[in-house]
Amino acid sequence: MKRHLRFKFFLILAVVLICIYGVIGLPTSKAQLVTNWRKNIHLGLDLRGGSYLVVQVQQQDAFNAQAGVLTDRLKELLQKQNVTYSEAYVDEAKSLQDAMKAAIVVKGVPATQAGTFRGIVSDNLSQWILTPLNATDYRLTLRPSDALKTWQDVLTDTKNTLDRKINALGLSEATVQQRREDRDSELLVQLPDVDDPARIKQILQTTAKLELYDVKGGPYATREEALAQNGGVLPIGTKLIGTADINGKSGGIYLVSSTPVVRGPDIRDARAQQGQLPGRWDTGFVLSQDAARRFSTYTGSHIGQRLAILLDNKVLEAPVINGQISDSGVIEGAATQQEAADLALNLKAGSLPAGLVYEQEETVGPSLGADSIRDGFFAGIAGVLAVIVAMLIYYKRSGINATLALVLNALILIACLSYFDAVLTLPGIAGIILTIGMAVDSNVLIFERIREELRAGKAIVPAVDAGFSKAFLTIIDTHITTIVSCAILFLFGSGPVKGFAVTLVIGLAANVFTAVFVSKVIFDWELSGPKPVRALSI
Amino acid sequence: MEIFKQTNFDFLGKKWPFIFLSLALTAAGLVSLWVKGGPRYGIDFTGGALMDVNFIKRPPADQIRAALRKRVAGTVDVQEVTGSQEVLISTGTRNDRPAEQTDQVLQATRDNMITTLNAAFNPDSGGKLDINTATRTMLADRLRDPLAKAGAALSDDQIEQLAGAITSFRDTPPRSGLIRNLDDLSAAPGVTPQVRNVIKQQCVAGNFNIRSFEFVGPKIGADLRQQAINVVLIALGAMLVYIAFRFEWIYGVAAVIAVFHDTIITIGLFSLFNKPIDLTVIAALLTLVGYSMNDTIVTFDRIRENLRLQMRGSFSEIVNRSINQTLSRTVLTSGLTFLTALSLYLFGGQVLNGFSFALVVGIIVGTYSSIFIASPILIFWQDIAEGRKRRGPARPAVVESRTRNVAKPVKPVRAGSK
Repeated sequence: MKRHLRFKFFLILAVVLICIYGVIGLPTSKAQLVTNWRKNIHLGLDLRGGSYLVVQVQQQDAFNAQAGVLTDRLKELLQKQNVTYSEAYVDEAKSLQDAMKAAIVVKGVPATQAGTFRGIVSDNLSQWILTPLNATDYRLTLRPSDALKTWQDVLTDTKNTLDRKINALGLSEATVQQRREDRDSELLVQLPDVDDPARIKQILQTTAKLELYDVKGGPYATREEALAQNGGVLPIGTKLIGTADINGKSGGIYLVSSTPVVRGPDIRDARAQQGQLPGRWDTGFVLSQDAARRFSTYTGSHIGQRLAILLDNKVLEAPVINGQISDSGVIEGAATQQEAADLALNLKAGSLPAGLVYEQEETVGPSLGADSIRDGFFAGIAGVLAVIVAMLIYYKRSGINATLALVLNALILIACLSYFDAVLTLPGIAGIILTIGMAVDSNVLIFERIREELRAGKAIVPAVDAGFSKAFLTIIDTHITTIVSCAILFLFGSGPVKGFAVTLVIGLAANVFTAVFVSKVIFDWELSGPKPVRALSI
Repeated sequence: MEIFKQTNFDFLGKKWPFIFLSLALTAAGLVSLWVKGGPRYGIDFTGGALMDVNFIKRPPADQIRAALRKRVAGTVDVQEVTGSQEVLISTGTRNDRPAEQTDQVLQATRDNMITTLNAAFNPDSGGKLDINTATRTMLADRLRDPLAKAGAALSDDQIEQLAGAITSFRDTPPRSGLIRNLDDLSAAPGVTPQVRNVIKQQCVAGNFNIRSFEFVGPKIGADLRQQAINVVLIALGAMLVYIAFRFEWIYGVAAVIAVFHDTIITIGLFSLFNKPIDLTVIAALLTLVGYSMNDTIVTFDRIRENLRLQMRGSFSEIVNRSINQTLSRTVLTSGLTFLTALSLYLFGGQVLNGFSFALVVGIIVGTYSSIFIASPILIFWQDIAEGRKRRGPARPAVVESRTRNVAKPVKPVRAGSK
């Protein structure tokens, strides 16, 4: 009996020590204790302040763009092989749901050239399914397996780009995750300690697709004028691009080569720099070695011609090439240093493959976070103290027993959160407070049972044993019922509800240990002393 | 100390007034829900924006509403947070607008709201920076040149550090994000009289700051609402199955009806007090479901045990005795849990307000429902079962020992259940 008790005592001691180590580590000074505590207890965004964003990746942009590039290529191939057609265009996907339905439509291919046309498509666009609409018209759609791959690629690509932007912003603890595993298109962005979410949202959302094109003509006032000036048909390998609005006025339309000279990924570095005019800021960029070689050859052979700088498919400016440029360029026109720096950051991070729409934002300012920690802490302490005082009054010395179990329960709970790297959120604090309620309930159930047994005339030791064993069944039933509902919350609930469920389950599991096992050991230890106990203080 | 010593209240004899009270409360809640056209959902579930603005001196709610109505598209609702100078401003989408348009409206809301509030409730700052809405970077940028001119030789890092110290001084309690007077900044680390003078030249202390901002698109809102309803229903179903497995199916049904009763009353009270139901309230509802279930199971457990002990008396007497035996525990536990919930409600801050309100209400209703709703259902069922038996040989399969007038709705002790 005694040896059993000693073994149980050491087991409890070991648990206590492991828990204390998990919470504060092995501090040698008071400062280190605080650092360890901060390192081990991860606070959620709602407590430390920060932003939680849900972005929807507009997949249809990427699918339409992909179809667009291939339409241009198909047109060139058809012209090369002298296959005539009346029109070829992208039947664009209008919404996210229809993204995979983006199609290429080719009309007016003579029946006599059908064989050549099919040959070109199957040789060059093998990922696309060709469906004849009638004798002369065709529709190309992406194979489902390839469409799924594109979908996933767009998500991964977006996630990686956002990661680079976040790193460039110096937000080391921020994370980007896919929201659910299955076929949705949402990313979760968590930004702890951010005090300027509006600017960061803007940066994350900027597509930042930079391209430099050879200008073939323009600017024209309208699309019609551009066509008329070029004999009604666009020359092979060219396209029309509009200009970015400046002060609400469009700068016209340019005719540019269909493939860019320099593309976003060719940029090696970018930074904000003082503009030529005082008080103005520019964004300078440097090209990678490979691109620099290409660019240098190109600029050398095109002196006196114009070069269009496109950002997000809009011409920003179309300066004349004055001499050979090797590896650097400048984008002018930023209003502030911040704007120029943000553009530089976006250029370095690379462009997003598709647009982003914010579906949800939760921003907690640092002052609210600090207040919530204080309030939550204060409410917790007040609640626990009230309970402890009530227990001590009601159960006298056995109340100490219950208090020890309660404190140990809280310690185990916090240690588990630390060991599991779980995040403590406001609903989590609520879960802890509820755990305290359940822990109290277990103690009350046991003590009331012991009292009943004593009242029924049993001796102290059998009464304590009977009290514990009879209450045990009830405790198991109540705990499992709550754990069942927590499991459902965890599986099907979202963010805050999950945090609540996790802390509650850990707390309940700890409670079975403390209220049933630890409390019993303390009773046994009290009752096994050399002097027989005449009356139990309960 | 003991409050209840071997009590013998006739709870079940006096059940009718309590059942009527329950029905009345349920009816009041349902009427309120019906009149208001359903529960008042928070923006988590409807889509919209919610901004928590803390004022130094709060302007009247109608003034805030009037100022925002002019500038913000969609519905505007302004609620004062009692016990503070805070205001919760929520803007909702209007149903008559197409979804893409509402999306754009909501995206633009934050800036729009801040600009509007600034114009209406802050005096003209004359180009100075409002220290209460400034971010650390904004403050550092603003102070860099003037500090250099004033002769304070600080490196870029030091200026960043200074700005950080000032903003975190502002954000820690008891200031809670608001500097009332720029002279107060002297207490912040690194703010020398020289720095303070520069700050006073460059900054003003505005009347408010933004404590939090939340925005939920209508699609996600609808998703979350559906998800919440599913979660509650699945959780209830799972508990029913567990109790049916541990006791008998009628116990599961009784417990779930009692819990359902608690939920309806709580939602009804939210409607009566015009409090919005959001995600944290759903968490609270689930907590009180768990809590009320806990209470009911403790009583049922006693009933089961007493039935096994072949206690004397009718089934209804046994149930009544079981309630009395667990009464001391019920009152004490409820009382203590109520204390923790109450401390959460009183001191837990604005964010947990809805959550703790649901708990405070739920604990009272939950305790009472296990006595006056769940237990009577067992007896009703027992009466129906016995009445059927008396009328005819409907279920000869159920063998009951009538000799000691003990009804046994519980199966014989299962192996392993004790």
